[in-house]
Amino acid sequence: MEFSLDQPDKDLPVTFAARLRVFFSLLVPCLLLLPAGASAGVFSSLFGNDQPMQVEVTDPYIELHTGAGRGYPVFDVEERGEWIEILKRKTDWFKVRTGKGKQGWVARKQLEKTLTPAGKKTEIRDATFREFSAHQVEFGALGGDFEGADEMTVYGAYFLTPNLSTELSYSKLFSTTSDANMFNIGVLIHPFPEWRISPFFTVGTGLIRTHPKTTLVQERDRDDQLAHVGIGVRAYLARRFVFRAQYKNFIIFNSTDNNQEINEWQAGLSVFF
Amino acid sequence: MASRTVRLFLNLLGLCTLLAPAWSPLVLAAGNEQVIRPEIKRREVHTDAIDTEDFEIGAWGGVMNIEDFGSNGIYGARLTYHVTEDVFLETTYARTTAGETSFERLSGSAKILTSSERNLDYYNLSFGYNLLPGESFIGKHWAFTSDFYLIGGVGSTSFAGDDMLTWNAGFGYKVLLNDWLAVRLDARDHIFDLDLLGEKRTTNNLEFSGGLSVFF
Repeated sequence: MEFSLDQPDKDLPVTFAARLRVFFSLLVPCLLLLPAGASAGVFSSLFGNDQPMQVEVTDPYIELHTGAGRGYPVFDVEERGEWIEILKRKTDWFKVRTGKGKQGWVARKQLEKTLTPAGKKTEIRDATFREFSAHQVEFGALGGDFEGADEMTVYGAYFLTPNLSTELSYSKLFSTTSDANMFNIGVLIHPFPEWRISPFFTVGTGLIRTHPKTTLVQERDRDDQLAHVGIGVRAYLARRFVFRAQYKNFIIFNSTDNNQEINEWQAGLSVFF
Repeated sequence: MASRTVRLFLNLLGLCTLLAPAWSPLVLAAGNEQVIRPEIKRREVHTDAIDTEDFEIGAWGGVMNIEDFGSNGIYGARLTYHVTEDVFLETTYARTTAGETSFERLSGSAKILTSSERNLDYYNLSFGYNLLPGESFIGKHWAFTSDFYLIGGVGSTSFAGDDMLTWNAGFGYKVLLNDWLAVRLDARDHIFDLDLLGEKRTTNNLEFSGGLSVFF
């Protein structure tokens, strides 16, 4: 089978950042289109991949599943020497089209044993430890304890250099007498970004809005400024996932001039792009 | 004796060094080198260019029973990231309005909550596991891939003027109509401590919903 050379240049690697941008720009039209029961044509033009890549089967055979998972039944096998087109990917499964026009899902392990038209092994690249040491954007969710109160935090970080990042975080706090919303902005210093378990130091400032429980006290919401210093580690897990644990010491500048010191412990999961 | 051996060795070494290039494959290959080299550039194909559909976005509606406040319509949106074929992460936002308690109905005029305090909205982050993947059949000609999953997580619920830490747990069933469109049915329990009359009480709030989601 021939491999066509006239594929357009737009068929370049799609970065995750680009995917994220596409997601946000598509989010609104998607929601609008959903109830209208948009035609398949619209969606396939938005999400479709019209320039499939072709590979040659070199294992004795590869198995085609009906769905993207090992639990879905095998309904077809393709033998050595056959060419298949790769249409799309879901997690570690690839949708392929055979020469006879059958479509099914192939596991990554089997697809890695095929050859590209150039005769090379089909290489499936994922984010690796190398990207962990030098990436730009990171998102994460943490849970923990804020001096006795339960805490949930989401954050976004931007790396100016591998050693220096800025971070914006939003936390929700729940205690027996009140709940609170907290925003923080901080600078993180990563002295050893090339380490698999990479420590960091942080300083920052923020705002906390405390809302006393409606039934307990007839108090109003209170806004206070706060500052923090902290220390923590980020540990590379696999692909684009990072485990993170940290300790922060907060000082809340109360309007009553009675500053409050708070210890915060958190751990969670992050994704980098 | 020793010097003779050394001389012999050096002679042999010299001979070898002189002859070595003549035997090297490079020189052999140079002998029948082509005058014109065809400049064919193989187009490198990267799997990076393959459309990856690990995200799922959806809208849904259903019924939520807020403990003591009756069952009410609820609607929401969710965003899912499929980490592996088994595991996914999902974030949800939804809102509903609580009805009246039996006490409020019987007493006639006494109201426990103001109308703005009756609005309930929540968001959460959950961890899901695809437990039973399979196929569902409709009639003789239709087969759809499907998944039965378990899901649970943590989040925040705003209700009755306060925000409560909320745990959720449940299960769901997903049928893929095609590669990018799925129908989802969900059953979920939202557990939070409600502090209505100065006394904290753990409430279980059940929710049943159906929705559509799109993979991208």
